[in-house]
Amino acid sequence: MEADLRLAHLYPKLMNLYGDRGNILCLRRRCQQRGIALTVDELELGDTLDPNAYDLIFMGGAQDREQRRVAEDLLETKAEALHQAVAEGVVLLAVCGGYQLLGRYYRPAAGEELAGVGIFDAWTEHPGADVKRFIGNVVVRWQGGTLVGFENHGGRTYLEPGARPLATVISGFGNNGRDGSEGAMQGENAFGTYLHGSLLPKNPRFADHLIAQALKRRHSEVALSPLDDALEERAHAEAVGLAKKKLGFLRR
Amino acid sequence: MSAVSSLRTAAAVTTAKVTAVVSRRLGFGGGTALPGLVADAVSPGLAIRLAARLGHGSVLITGTNGKTTTARLARNIAQAAGYWPVHNHSGSNLMRGITACLVEATDARGQLTQPDRRLGVFEVDEATLPEAAEALSPRVVAFTNLFRDQLDRYGEVDSVAAVWRQALATLPSSITVVLNADDPSVAGLADACRGPVLFYAVSDASCAVYEIEHAADARWCPACGREYSYSAVFYGHVGHWVCPGCGRARPAADVQAIKVEQSPDHPLRLALSTPSGEIDLSLPLIGLYNAYNALAAVGVGLALGVPADAIRTGAASFTAAFGRQERMTVRGREVQTILAKNPAGLNQVLRAISAEEGTKNLLFLLNDDIADGRDISWIWDVDFEMLAGQATLVLASGRRAADMALRLKYADIGAHPVIEEDTESALEMALALTPEGERLYVVPTYTAMLKVRKLLARWGRRPPFWEED
Ligand SMILES: [Zn+2]
Repeated sequence: MEADLRLAHLYPKLMNLYGDRGNILCLRRRCQQRGIALTVDELELGDTLDPNAYDLIFMGGAQDREQRRVAEDLLETKAEALHQAVAEGVVLLAVCGGYQLLGRYYRPAAGEELAGVGIFDAWTEHPGADVKRFIGNVVVRWQGGTLVGFENHGGRTYLEPGARPLATVISGFGNNGRDGSEGAMQGENAFGTYLHGSLLPKNPRFADHLIAQALKRRHSEVALSPLDDALEERAHAEAVGLAKKKLGFLRR
Repeated sequence: MSAVSSLRTAAAVTTAKVTAVVSRRLGFGGGTALPGLVADAVSPGLAIRLAARLGHGSVLITGTNGKTTTARLARNIAQAAGYWPVHNHSGSNLMRGITACLVEATDARGQLTQPDRRLGVFEVDEATLPEAAEALSPRVVAFTNLFRDQLDRYGEVDSVAAVWRQALATLPSSITVVLNADDPSVAGLADACRGPVLFYAVSDASCAVYEIEHAADARWCPACGREYSYSAVFYGHVGHWVCPGCGRARPAADVQAIKVEQSPDHPLRLALSTPSGEIDLSLPLIGLYNAYNALAAVGVGLALGVPADAIRTGAASFTAAFGRQERMTVRGREVQTILAKNPAGLNQVLRAISAEEGTKNLLFLLNDDIADGRDISWIWDVDFEMLAGQATLVLASGRRAADMALRLKYADIGAHPVIEEDTESALEMALALTPEGERLYVVPTYTAMLKVRKLLARWGRRPPFWEED
């Protein structure tokens, strides 16, 4: 397959809390092995986003201090372009803090509410510094299979009717620990999730889902040749196993 | 002290001592934390009362990486100066571990032997610093560096720095604080200090790397928000930094490494310039990060008023802690075990390994117990890529062996990674597959290291760690 894809990595220096770089390494490798040339542009504070220049956009998570600066920069320099890109089918993946900031707003435990970009019809609130964070391994059901990762977030995210859950929680907390939902999908091409760890290397099916969608839009070709995913599948299966052990499934 | 309180202290000490013996007999490990826990339950405040009897007070050493090595080196320096240190050498660095080691230094009646010669040299967990500073009334507090480490346990690096600042602001102005000038997060603590500050730094820019690593954590100036600029980066975000926005910059250092020499199979050689004159050191350690540990320890020595000669003698008697950087021979193979806890530390370990000649035999052990951090996503922040193509043998072990193997596959470090979750089998396999006469590098996370050193101690006929020194 002779094809190319272009990815915009938003704030790789500021939003890089939980090995988010692994997601980029994964996309790059899975493209490379199939002869797809993936170029990655890193966009930091102040850089403008050209909505027509990319097929994929990725954004990771950050510390609180950085999150506030990024929220301001997003609204000033990138919000409009993000909306345009997503409306035109560009594939977007936002993890943890990135997912929160691309919702409508984030209400912190203390201090001012942060206005979000509003890509996801969802909002997030932090219930207070004394309320426990959602920390731990996560397994969710996605498209007849599973996704695995780790979550660590104080904010609780709630979806409005315009968005639908990315997945349903099997083990862990997910969006808010109440309704069993994890992550969000807006349309068919914008994905938000709390799963880090890194997400994509251990969930190759999800990584290929993103690549295939981006390819289809740009080259109207979707056949992805299979790769040797033995190690990927093993890491995935063991993460599922650890979660099930915790739930006591294995005793039946 | 009242008779009742004295009795309580004695009872607590006895109970704790018995617990230590029982715990060791039952094979619970070094028996280093459990007696502290028991002593605490019997007599709250035991650590405070015992610490108050240390004739020369105590030194606290904290930071993300290098605590254990720095504290051991400072302990040796103190010994050479004639002190009789009380030191939590097993690395048990929460309050209960420190209490346990104070208890161990007492006799059967709960009295410290030779109290007038005693100096506490304690490595302290980052989050435990406020509690330890309050309980132990230190004379000197030293900081190594600040990096992300177990975000699920400590929280973000900003919150660790805030906890340290609060602790420093409550200390009396008679205390000397020893700070790393090259780590902007640590150097910045000077603002919160009320007494004298002693800065240490590496001024030899010839060992700098060219770009900031992925494991850098302090990239932005807290005062004005601009990104620091570096004329030299030594590791992570440690280097010669300046803020182009407000001009905040690396402070002038009192203790400086003016020359750092590292060569494969040779110890780390340092030429230090200090207020007490030049001091040359040679240490059985690899990696530039250990130059910083040595500087911090020398800073502690100088803050205590130790003369240059005793610093030289103390450093010369140094041996690495088991599992930190030790080399030993097992079944005809040289085995080097190096602990890896977080991205910045592991990057330094990998840099040191890749600097050695020849192809490498590698065993990585990744656990996700509470002491390791439940979240293993940090392995994706490590630049394993620097070992690309260098390894002929790659084994992944531990509870998260498959995750480690996958990360290593991505780094293309040479051989296809082999997975063996069980520590003992993995170690057996690694030894069998390492050609005789070659070196095997074993890189475990904390809880994996505990298992590894038990096995290696048995196979290499070396005393277990709590009988060390
Ligand atoms: Zn500044």
